[in-house]
Amino acid sequence: MPPVNSIVCVKPVPDPRHWSELVVDPATKTLRREGIPSVLNPLDKHALEEALRIKERLGGTVTAISMAPLTATESLREAIAIGADDAVLLSDRSFAGADTLATSYVLAAAIKKLGKFDLILCGNQSLDGGTGQVGPEIAEFLGVSHVTYARKIEILERGIVRVERALEYGYMVIEARMPLVLSVVKEINVPRHVSLMRISEAMQTEVRVWTSRDLDLDSSRIGLSGSPTQLADLFIPETKRRGEIMRGAPDAVSKLLIERLRELGVL
Amino acid sequence: MEFGFTPEQEMLRKSVREFAETEIKPKVHDMDETGKVPMDVLEKMAKLGFMGVMVPREYGGLGMGHIARTIVLEEIGRVSAAMANTLQITHLGISPIATEGTEEQKKKWLPPLARGEKLSTFAVTEPTGGSDVLGIQTTAKLEGDEYVINGRKCFISNSHLAGVLGILAKTGEGTKGLTVFVVQSDSRGFRPGREENKFGLRGCNTGELVFENCRVPKENVIGKEGDGLRIALSAISNVGRPGITCAALGIIGSCLEEVVRYSKQRVLYGKPISELQAVQWNLTDIYMDYEASRLLTYYSAWLRDKGERCDAENAMAKFWAAEAAVRCAKKTIDVFGAYGCMRELAPQRLLRDAELLISGAGTSDIMRLVMARKALTLA
Repeated sequence: MPPVNSIVCVKPVPDPRHWSELVVDPATKTLRREGIPSVLNPLDKHALEEALRIKERLGGTVTAISMAPLTATESLREAIAIGADDAVLLSDRSFAGADTLATSYVLAAAIKKLGKFDLILCGNQSLDGGTGQVGPEIAEFLGVSHVTYARKIEILERGIVRVERALEYGYMVIEARMPLVLSVVKEINVPRHVSLMRISEAMQTEVRVWTSRDLDLDSSRIGLSGSPTQLADLFIPETKRRGEIMRGAPDAVSKLLIERLRELGVL
Repeated sequence: MEFGFTPEQEMLRKSVREFAETEIKPKVHDMDETGKVPMDVLEKMAKLGFMGVMVPREYGGLGMGHIARTIVLEEIGRVSAAMANTLQITHLGISPIATEGTEEQKKKWLPPLARGEKLSTFAVTEPTGGSDVLGIQTTAKLEGDEYVINGRKCFISNSHLAGVLGILAKTGEGTKGLTVFVVQSDSRGFRPGREENKFGLRGCNTGELVFENCRVPKENVIGKEGDGLRIALSAISNVGRPGITCAALGIIGSCLEEVVRYSKQRVLYGKPISELQAVQWNLTDIYMDYEASRLLTYYSAWLRDKGERCDAENAMAKFWAAEAAVRCAKKTIDVFGAYGCMRELAPQRLLRDAELLISGAGTSDIMRLVMARKALTLA
C-alpha cells in the first residue's frame, strides 16, 4: 500500500491539573491563562498517536499544525518529541479572537499551502472550547470528506479508509476515500509518551511559523472580526449542595422522592 | 549567574512528570502494600530512554548530563522515591563502565544497559563493611584467564533485578587491594540471596548477592586491578549519592504539595487551616527545606557537569536533602493529624521512604566526614 501523509491538528489547552486556578476575566469574558501551564489537548494526542501508527505501518510523514500564540512553539516541539516529523505554527496578532469558523479557515489555508495530504487527524473536541467543530469545518473549507467520533481507523486498498464511528449505543462503520478529515475519540488508542531520546532532536527541529502574510487569506474572515460567533456571556455556574429529609414508610418516601426529582427536572 | 533551566531541560521535566503521574502514580499504593517492583513500568521507562540518560549517544544513550539526570530523578521521586531509587541505582551500576571502561567494554555493556534491556547495580556493602570499604571480605583470585569470586554482599538495591552488576572485591590488601568487576547475573556461581523486607522504599528491590566460586573473565575488570577503591568511591560520590539526594528532593516536593493542598481544603474553626499560623510555620519550614535542598542538589550537579570535583558538595546535598526529607515528612504528618497516619494517604509513606534515604550511599555521619575534609581546607 502507498505511504500515507498525515497532518495532525493540535491545540495547547490549559493543564486540567490547574483548572481550579482558572478565572474568567469579567470584562473580556475570556479565560485568564497567565501562569497556567499549557498541555497538548488530550484528544489531539490520540490523533497524533493514530497518525504515528499509520506511518509506522505504511510509511509517509506526520506534520503537526496549530493556530495559537507564539508560546505554542513548545507544544509543537512536544508533538515532534512524541514522533511528528515536523510542525507548523500559525501565529499572528490578526488571528486572535477567532471562533471555530475563523480558526478552521486559517488552518485550511495553511493545509492548502502544505500541499498534498492523505489524512487530516484531529481530536474530536478540545478540552477548553469543546465545540468539536474545527475538524468538520476544515474538511468543508478543503472540500473533502470528514468522519467525526472515529474510534477505529483501518486503511484499505485504493485509498479507502474504513472508520468505526462511535455512537451513544454502539458504532457505525463508514468507508470513505482519502483525502479525508478524521476527528478521533479517546477509545481509538493509548497515546505514547514523549521519548526522552527524541527531546534533543525536537529542540533542534525548526518549528515553522507562518503569519497571515504567508497565507492566502481574506482578511475579513480571520480573527475576531471574521468570527460570526458572538459571546454573550461566560461564567462558571455556581453549584450548591442542599439536603432534604423525607420521612415515612419506604414506599411512601420513594414515591415522594420520585415526585420531587421530577419536580426538580432530574428525571 | 543563571538559575534557569534550558528549554530542553524544561521539556524533559514536563515529559517525565507526565510519565510519572500517568504510569507510576497509579502503582504507588500497590508497591507500598506488596513491596513488589512494577516491572511493566520499568519496561516502559527503558523504552523511553530513562536508563540511558547519562550514557553517551554513541553507546545508545541520551548523552545528557548530571542536571538532566537530576531533573528525571526528582520528578520520579516526587511520585515514588522507591522508583527513583530503582532508576538511580541502575545509573550507578552503569557509571563505572561509562567513566572507566575500555572502548571494548563500553561497546559491549553500555548499549543494552542504556536501552534498559538489562538493569544494573553497584555493590560494595557487606556485613563487615560498607562505609568502611576496606572492611569488605569478598575476594577475587586470578586463576588463568578468570577471576574466581567468593563472598556475600548485603543491602544491595536492584539485587534481584540487575542483569549486569558492578561489584567491589578484594584482590589484595590495603587501599590498592580492591578491584571493580562486572558480573552478569547468569554467571555460574552467582545468585541473589535473601530479599529484604523494608519498612520504606517498598517496591524497590533490596537484597543479598552471593558469590560461590563465581568465575568472571579477566576482561571484566573495570579500570586496573587495584583501582577499585577510587572507582567505587567516585561512582558512589558522583552518582549514587546524588541519586539518593534526588529521591529525597522528590519527597520534600511531595510534602510541600501535600501540605498546601490539604491545609487549603481542611476547614477547622470556620476557615481553612492554611490560614492558621501554626500550620503556616510548618508549611514555610518545608518550603525552606525544599528550596535549600534544591539549590544544593542542582549546584552539585552543575559542578559535576562542568567536570569539577564536588565530593563535599554532593555530600552536603545528600545530608541536607535526606535529613530534610525526614523532617518535612514528619511535619506533613503533623499538619494532617490522624489522617497523616493512615495507610491510604501519602504522608506516612513519605516518612518511611525518607528514613531509608539516610543510610543509603553513606549515612549522615559519613556525609559529615566527607564534608569535613574540604571544610578543613577553607582557611
